[in-house]
Amino acid sequence: MSLVITPWFGKVRIEDYMEAGGYRGAKKALSMAPEEVIEEVKKSNLRGRGGAGFPTGLKWSFVPRDSSRPKYLCINADEGEPGTFKDKYILRDAPHLLIEGAIIASWAVGINTAFVYIRGEYGKIALILEKAIEEAYARGFLGKDIFGTGFSLDLFVHRGAGAYVCGEETALIESLEGKRGQPRIRPPFPATYGLYGCPTVVNNVETLANLPAIMEKGGEWFASLGVEKSGGTKLFAVSGHVKKPGLYELPMGASLKSLIYDYAGGIRENRRLKGVIPGGSSSPILKPEEIEVALDYDSMMKAGTMLGSGAVIVLDETACMAKVLQVITRFYAHESCGQCTPCRQGTSWMAKIAHRIISGRGREGDLDLLKDIARSMMGKTICPLADAAAMPVIAICEKYREELEEHIREKKCPVERE
Amino acid sequence: MREISPEAREKIDALLKRYPVKRSALLEVLHIVQEEWGYIDGEGEETVASLLGLEPVRVHEVVSFYTMYERKPVGNHIIRVCRNITCTLLGAESLIHYLKRKLKVDEGGTTSDGRFTLETVECLGACELAPVMQIDGEFYGHLTPEKIDEILERMK
Ligand SMILES: Cc1cc2nc3c(=O)[nH]c(=O)nc-3n(C[C@H](O)[C@H](O)[C@H](O)COP(=O)(O)O)c2cc1C
Ligand code: SF4
Ligand code: FES
Repeated sequence: MSLVITPWFGKVRIEDYMEAGGYRGAKKALSMAPEEVIEEVKKSNLRGRGGAGFPTGLKWSFVPRDSSRPKYLCINADEGEPGTFKDKYILRDAPHLLIEGAIIASWAVGINTAFVYIRGEYGKIALILEKAIEEAYARGFLGKDIFGTGFSLDLFVHRGAGAYVCGEETALIESLEGKRGQPRIRPPFPATYGLYGCPTVVNNVETLANLPAIMEKGGEWFASLGVEKSGGTKLFAVSGHVKKPGLYELPMGASLKSLIYDYAGGIRENRRLKGVIPGGSSSPILKPEEIEVALDYDSMMKAGTMLGSGAVIVLDETACMAKVLQVITRFYAHESCGQCTPCRQGTSWMAKIAHRIISGRGREGDLDLLKDIARSMMGKTICPLADAAAMPVIAICEKYREELEEHIREKKCPVERE
Repeated sequence: MREISPEAREKIDALLKRYPVKRSALLEVLHIVQEEWGYIDGEGEETVASLLGLEPVRVHEVVSFYTMYERKPVGNHIIRVCRNITCTLLGAESLIHYLKRKLKVDEGGTTSDGRFTLETVECLGACELAPVMQIDGEFYGHLTPEKIDEILERMK
């Protein structure tokens, strides 16, 4: 099986990274015309790994070629979606893969300044990345006249300070401007009006980490690793009640069931599977009979859920679904930036109802109420956080209705053992 | 207004060169000031505001938006325990209870000897280590009460 990212893990020092062939992709990219690089990325069927799965080459082509103002690259290393820990591995174990990817993207779009927006909690990891950036400057891979082409790129690390919503691209831009992380109304989109009102590309860490291989081995090769509309491999962060939680790289289109049982070792202590949250906490949960699904954007969508960030959270029979509901609703209520009424009020109502269910004060009709609130939040807000909060609630209320009703009726948890 | 150290000042000056707009440095400057003073109160906000040529209210609204800025004095070590989904599935709640009892503090509180501040936080991006906490930015995973005892003992 061809892997794209994980084979680089451990090559943290620039010597080791280069010995294994690092920076060849960037060198090749800079010998091509920027349009050719974008073409190659389009051919690769690379889709954004931050959660939305938007085609990367297409995103880049929305940025005006000629701009009197500077253009910026914002690298999204906020990694806040609960369950997600994949970008951390790239930042910590293969930082040059990200730097090389940033060079390629910047060349393709005509960018001379890039910022890595890294979540504040990754402060120690930011130091590793900063050291790698220093090494790259020392070799002339960053700074002025890269590879003698006349192209220059500055790359800076910028720490966030604890706010999930800052992972949303326009909130990230606001935060980078020194403001509260409140998403902007779109249009205009960042491609034309982003950081400081200038054309801006926002890309996820993992997205960029795929670029060196695409440049070196070609877009068609990358596309062939995956399925029709999703090229390459994907990093999956598996956690919860599995024997071997951790990070796994599989081709797009691999089986979710196989990821859980063949790679992550199956359910701990051979208990029964109860459900799988397949793409971070905002993705609708799947029941055990629904996990024979292919891990790519379109197949997951057809299954009524999302590939999201590739964070697979596995729940066994000991999980109390009222508790899961409480944790998820509390999280989104805590993280709503408060700008939109449906999101601010909806998330806080859902959290209150979930809290009263878990506290044994649930009322008949609460599940329908939860679903009504969730539905009324969707598609009506500035950013998709409201939808992200609503989708998992609807799925849990529908798929685990009996258990939740019992919880409400009995005023206690039907799952918890002595 | 309190003065910041020359070292911090130097870091901030270097930082300001990165951004075409001074205000952009705000989050980073706040981190630097917090590393120095431990927290950022009204006075800290004013110091930062004058460094960046901003109205203090601009600094205040940022400090109050982000959870990692401490607004009152904290202990020598900040313990951040994750309470999100994977950690909860693997027992975070009972560990949070354990920590509260052991340290005799509530969430957000600081021990009477000033050694520890206890905070609960959302997913730390380390769910493979769940249940997990961070102390002073370092991850500690697969926690049990015994392991917590050991870790805190070493922090003396
Ligand atoms: C509430 C919210 C949180 C998000 N958090 C992240 C995040 O932590 N990391 C990330 O890369 N993208 C996150 N996104 C997606 C970004 O808005 C954006 O789509 C992504 O960074 C684009 O990069 P990509 O095209 O390379 O995926 C989030 C979106 C929303 C609505
Ligand atoms: S949907 Fe929620 S998080 Fe997004 S802008 Fe509106 S209030 Fe803020
Ligand atoms: S849920 Fe605790 S670190 Fe992710």
